[in-house]
Amino acid sequence: MQGNRVIGEAAIRAGCRFYAGYPITPQNELTEYMADNMRRAKGGTFIQAESEIAAINMVLGAAAAGARAMTSSSSPGISLKQEGISSLAADELPAVIVNIMRGGPGLGNILPSQGDYFQATRGGGHGDYRTIVLAPASVQELADLTMDAFDLADRYRNPVLILADGMMGQMMEPVEFSDPSSRQYPECYILKGKGKGKSKFIRGLILDAIRMEEHNWKLYRKYQVITQKEVRFETFWTDDAEILIVAYGTAARIAKGAIKRSREMGIPVGLIRPITLWPFPMEVIRSFAERVENFLVFEMNTGQMVEDVQLALGGIGKVQFYGRPGGVIPTPAELAKVIAYQARKK
Amino acid sequence: MIRKTIFAGFGGQGVLMMGYIYAHTVMNEGYHVTYLPSYGVEVRGGTANCTVAVSDEEIASPIASEPDYLVVMNKPSLYTYQNRVAPQGIIFLNSSIIDTRPTRKDLNIHDVPVGDIAGKLGNPRVQNVVMMGSFIKKTGLITPEAFLKGLKQILGEKKKSAMEINRKAFAAGYELEI
Repeated sequence: MQGNRVIGEAAIRAGCRFYAGYPITPQNELTEYMADNMRRAKGGTFIQAESEIAAINMVLGAAAAGARAMTSSSSPGISLKQEGISSLAADELPAVIVNIMRGGPGLGNILPSQGDYFQATRGGGHGDYRTIVLAPASVQELADLTMDAFDLADRYRNPVLILADGMMGQMMEPVEFSDPSSRQYPECYILKGKGKGKSKFIRGLILDAIRMEEHNWKLYRKYQVITQKEVRFETFWTDDAEILIVAYGTAARIAKGAIKRSREMGIPVGLIRPITLWPFPMEVIRSFAERVENFLVFEMNTGQMVEDVQLALGGIGKVQFYGRPGGVIPTPAELAKVIAYQARKK
Repeated sequence: MIRKTIFAGFGGQGVLMMGYIYAHTVMNEGYHVTYLPSYGVEVRGGTANCTVAVSDEEIASPIASEPDYLVVMNKPSLYTYQNRVAPQGIIFLNSSIIDTRPTRKDLNIHDVPVGDIAGKLGNPRVQNVVMMGSFIKKTGLITPEAFLKGLKQILGEKKKSAMEINRKAFAAGYELEI
């Protein structure tokens, strides 16, 4: 199945009952899939909104009303949604936002890129907040992480971003859908009329400084828990590695191919693949630095995650960077040459 | 083992369908497979292409910088992709409408007059399946039975009566002297 469609199917299986979106390449098949299939989901609603901004605010409304809600777009459209994502974080509402990245800045092009790393991992919108960011590297993982995204969003009442690129969205691979877990979302957060109970508020405007500060610290404590509990990563051929590549998503796949080639030439190289980009696997990378000196960060941009790797290492070891921005997809052979160069220099 | 194929031609020649049926079939046979269509700013009647990678282990990149096989249904595609084919690679060429030869001399050129064969069968729309008959025979990765099973699964979703003419088209391609 095609990546974009897989996200749609996984979302519906996970109980997503509200989708609003606005077309943009290379994620159109997801919007199309939701238009086609949301109606077979009992109580499902699909809306093609008049704009990206409208779509994210519809999602905010649906989340407040208790629905599992999702929107999707590609880079320029995700920029437009930032105000709404910031509001979701402020209001502590669960929602899943899919970004099938393309080349930028500006309208850029429609080819696969990883240029939105900073935007995704630093919150993106204004204010002191974080979003959980999941970075799938296969169509199977698109299915699994989409389902997990809804659970994470509910558990922390926080927006969750799925950060993939045009290649993940357009590519077809075999996929198996797992059974979704049943939803655990407390009724007390759902706005559906207070009845005889207490009034409920969902509020993002807090004019009093002390109360706003309290809210900020409350969110901060939540982010601390997420940082401790939700870090995910994969290691590949790291046991005897003397050079470690750090890459995510499409770049990580290419890195695996390059590592196989390099190993055949006798170069001991391995991969750390962050699956959550926020929270970032800081401690894992740091722990490898006790044994490995050379790190090579590989991204389809001009160098963004490389800053997080440097932060994780805190000045220990050597960090090199190789990247291709703008929609160019590097080949495993190309990266293997970079690895060979690093190995010679070492 | 990894085999990468680029299928290319005019939009409407069933180029993406060739890749899709092939990918679906090798998936049925238990291989790792990726299928990547072109999704650029295309126009109706313009060019279309897709890349299928098949392997017995995890596939790193779904893109083929050096495809083992190239299936070209029109002349512009031959010009565009011939230089990318791996050394000693095979080009499957729609010889009904492509009247030139690749400039490279190290490649195996395999002429398939898909237009003529499909014309004789009375349905020009099955040109792509004629080509796949020849492709499956020459590449030998999967059996014709497996391909026809995959084809049936995909057509079944659309139109059951289409299977008969497609079966004939596949057989005609498969039985071609190579």
